[in-house]
Amino acid sequence: MTRTNDGTLDRRAVVLTLLRDPGDLLVVTGLGAATYDVGAAGDRPLNFYLWGAMGGAAMIGLGLALAQPDRRVLVVTGDGEMLMGLGSLATIAAAGAQNLSIAVLDNRRYGETGSQFSHTGYTTDLAAVAAACGWQATDTARSMDEVEALRPRLRSQALFAVLRISPEEKPRHLPPRDGAYLTDRFRRSLAVADL
Amino acid sequence: MDHPSWQAGVYAALKSARVTQLGYVPDAGHAQLIGAAHADPDMRPVVLTTEEEGIALAAGAWLGGQRAVLLMQSSGVGNCINMLSLPLNCRMPFLTLVTMRGEWGEFNPWQVPMGAATPGVLTQAGVHVRRADQPDDVAEMVAASAALAFDSCVSVAVLFSQRLIGAKVFVK
Repeated sequence: MTRTNDGTLDRRAVVLTLLRDPGDLLVVTGLGAATYDVGAAGDRPLNFYLWGAMGGAAMIGLGLALAQPDRRVLVVTGDGEMLMGLGSLATIAAAGAQNLSIAVLDNRRYGETGSQFSHTGYTTDLAAVAAACGWQATDTARSMDEVEALRPRLRSQALFAVLRISPEEKPRHLPPRDGAYLTDRFRRSLAVADL
Repeated sequence: MDHPSWQAGVYAALKSARVTQLGYVPDAGHAQLIGAAHADPDMRPVVLTTEEEGIALAAGAWLGGQRAVLLMQSSGVGNCINMLSLPLNCRMPFLTLVTMRGEWGEFNPWQVPMGAATPGVLTQAGVHVRRADQPDDVAEMVAASAALAFDSCVSVAVLFSQRLIGAKVFVK
């Protein structure tokens, strides 16, 4: 079968760059390595980590973005998680939230389960899918200079970005995984715990 | 289309419960609620490609301090099962209104298996299930279910029986 080429970016370096000086950025992570990468970049109450609910990260980002129109929301997820929620790219584009961006760490593999190739390892271009769904801004980064250039755009426009990371596995960094705790501290930090 | 008054009561109950995001996969039985949401500047309707998106939408809304509801038909319940772990694990509220198919004068046999399984699979997945059969009860049931969901942070499904909404009629 057809195969695409591996990316070369270091996933931890990519996430450290994207989340440098996060301020009050609201961050939602897809399960698996994206959760570990964001945790490794520095745990904070406004990070909401998924440890399950595969395919749901982008839609959590949408509900959050609609509820907090004056804040910026960034979803950081992997190619497998994004593929499971592919329809949400259409839903989000149709909803038209301008304060939501998605960064897909694309290693072309299901890294948690033995590094089987995902669809992006064969034929699928997620940025092209997003564009076809109606996302006005899409981009793909293959170098750290391009990652650096994406960083401000992810915080200022509705951008769908693919980051071509290498398939190298990193040591696991495990942030909190109690969903009730993560929810409560997020809502308290946003001062919406009483709503 | 004739709009029975109980549907206006359901929409009013959602408003009273301070629901401001309404995710939906369309169903004829929900058409009036969906229309009302689109006509309401204080409600944010979100059309979904598949039902489980609405559970994640509701989770995001809750994280951001808003309340959401998911409208779907019983055939969509099966798409939701794994995503229902999200509100359970995170002790978040989740409210869904489900129009039933496959149980009362159903024309389409493909609707029957999921309709018959709907209350059982929701219960197995940890959702509190309520069933509305009588027009006079629906609005109150939705109001009480919204209170249960949002005040006690549990998942609640209100099933609108097919007898209540009227069996879909196919004409050649």
